[in-house]
Amino acid sequence: MSDVQLSQGPRKIVIDPVTRVEGHGKVTIRLNEAGEVEQARFHIVEFRGFERFIQGRMYWEVPVIVQRLCGICPVSHHLCAAKAMDMIAGVDHVTPTADKMRRLMHYGQVLQSNALNFFHLASPDLLLGFESPVAQRNIIGVIEAFPEVGKWAIFIRKFGQQVIAATGGRRIHPRLCIPGGVNQNLSVENRDALRKDIGQIIEWCGAALELHKSFVHSHETLHETFASFPSSYMSIVGADGGMDLYDGGLRAIDAVGQPIFEGVHASAYRDYITEEVRSWSYMKFPHIRSLGREEGWYRVGPLAQLNCCAFIDTPIADAARKDFMALGHGGPVHATLAYHWARLICMIHCAEKIQDLLFDDALQGTDLVVTGERRPEGIAVIEAPRGTLLHHYTVDEHDQVTGANLIVSTTNNNEAMNRSVTKVAMDDLSGHEITEGLLNHIEVAIRAYDPCLSCATHALGDMPLIVTLEDADGSVIATRVKQ
Amino acid sequence: MNTAGHFPSAPRVLVLGYGNPGRQDDGLGPAVATGIGRLGWSNVTAFDNYQLVIEDAVDVAEHDVVWFVDAAKTGPAPFAVYDVEPSPAIEFTSHILSPASLLAITRQYYGASPRAFLLAIRGYEFEFVEALTPGAAANLDAALAMLTERVRSPQMVEAP
Repeated sequence: MSDVQLSQGPRKIVIDPVTRVEGHGKVTIRLNEAGEVEQARFHIVEFRGFERFIQGRMYWEVPVIVQRLCGICPVSHHLCAAKAMDMIAGVDHVTPTADKMRRLMHYGQVLQSNALNFFHLASPDLLLGFESPVAQRNIIGVIEAFPEVGKWAIFIRKFGQQVIAATGGRRIHPRLCIPGGVNQNLSVENRDALRKDIGQIIEWCGAALELHKSFVHSHETLHETFASFPSSYMSIVGADGGMDLYDGGLRAIDAVGQPIFEGVHASAYRDYITEEVRSWSYMKFPHIRSLGREEGWYRVGPLAQLNCCAFIDTPIADAARKDFMALGHGGPVHATLAYHWARLICMIHCAEKIQDLLFDDALQGTDLVVTGERRPEGIAVIEAPRGTLLHHYTVDEHDQVTGANLIVSTTNNNEAMNRSVTKVAMDDLSGHEITEGLLNHIEVAIRAYDPCLSCATHALGDMPLIVTLEDADGSVIATRVKQ
Repeated sequence: MNTAGHFPSAPRVLVLGYGNPGRQDDGLGPAVATGIGRLGWSNVTAFDNYQLVIEDAVDVAEHDVVWFVDAAKTGPAPFAVYDVEPSPAIEFTSHILSPASLLAITRQYYGASPRAFLLAIRGYEFEFVEALTPGAAANLDAALAMLTERVRSPQMVEAP
């Protein structure tokens, strides 16, 4: 529901939020003296108080505790923290069974999380059209128009959750990882149950991709230009340059696809990435150190994962990757809406990797944990569903955490989301009215990145999006709220 | 009450308690799911989650009565109960699915429309602390007592 009302003078339209906006989106569009869009900012809150939450905890507790940070990516935080704690435990390589159990869990998480974004959130905009009536532009409208999509949405999600439960003991708050390894292997019963469905899941992911491509091919200009701009990209890739969402070196490329850095181990991230704090946002602005704050911003997530890798080691996803990369005519694909296409390819990749692992006997191995010599610091990186996620911890001689720094995917995309919102505002704002169309387009642009706003709470009474239009002096011209 | 906790003719009841226990009173929903789950009644299923998700439709469709349980930042203490009807809506992020939307998905895809209520328990603090505030803990006790009675009552499907 959205609403607007007049107050205090002819040029000022205000809706005051009735609750705090923590955890939710606030967009400010600033006009210049000529009344043109100067910039737009997407303000969100994330991870305030995290250090206090984690400090003093025993380091081996951290992979479990960090799941409380985010209701959307608990598994990604669990796995990334576990990798960091491996380093603290003095373990550089876990056993094959431990590595594959963690990977299986990770692929299940990325599959179900990407499915949530695409089916529940993006598909109404893409399959029904940005301008279709709000009352129909939802998952129910999609199911009415495309009955099969409802089945795909529910059962791909459910399958991903079953993978998480099979590896972690339960679908919520799974407890697979411990420093240096895992605490269980995959039971034959769970393996066989998952084997029964995985072929169908791959088929449905492929069908969803084909359906999405039909939208793209009928809206080619919109797909290419909406909220789009050239940018740099960053993700981890395997040592062979192939897509690896679980482990690898950091790779960053510029807007024409030339490497800025590659093969960077997570422990060296501070030599390549720096974080800037700006007064108007709780979020930090990471950027590539060598390029500086103005030029060093980049994008992460499925689009970056596709742009940064040289190939994908699963056949259906790699064929889809080649088709996708043709959009870039030899360079990176810059279309913001292409995040969705890339997201579907990542889903196919994850489903194929799950299938491979379900026929790998190493998952029934019993060598689960290795030990090493304790270190004072642990740093790890993983490709979460929304992009590169980094965890950094320091631990004292009593095994207690003394410091923590997280760079989450949404933070990595901070500047890019601002630029996408700015592009939409420049293209769509007419006069001083925040129209329903502008509000919709801002939402569509932000959704492409699938930002995680859920480090905060979900309690009743939250408000999802507030858009404010300001003049050159910072005075509010209009505000519109969508609940 | 059947001391064996077995209600062969009772409706199948689902309690979905959601929220983040790592954010103080946001953990009220999961705390209710835990409390109801401990009863061990065969016709009652209780799940906790960080938020509602689309595949919850599978479970919702298999029950006659569904209780959605969430923390409330505003509203009456100790709790309020609302009827919930199916209503489709698209949210700003992929991470929020309302009870009404979940019911709409359930009806649309499974043709099932269970009786549904939202139990909104008043919370007060939502910071990075893994414990309920004293006020929320008291509200939890009251809500659990009410819900336990409702779940075992033959009239439980009537409007509260």
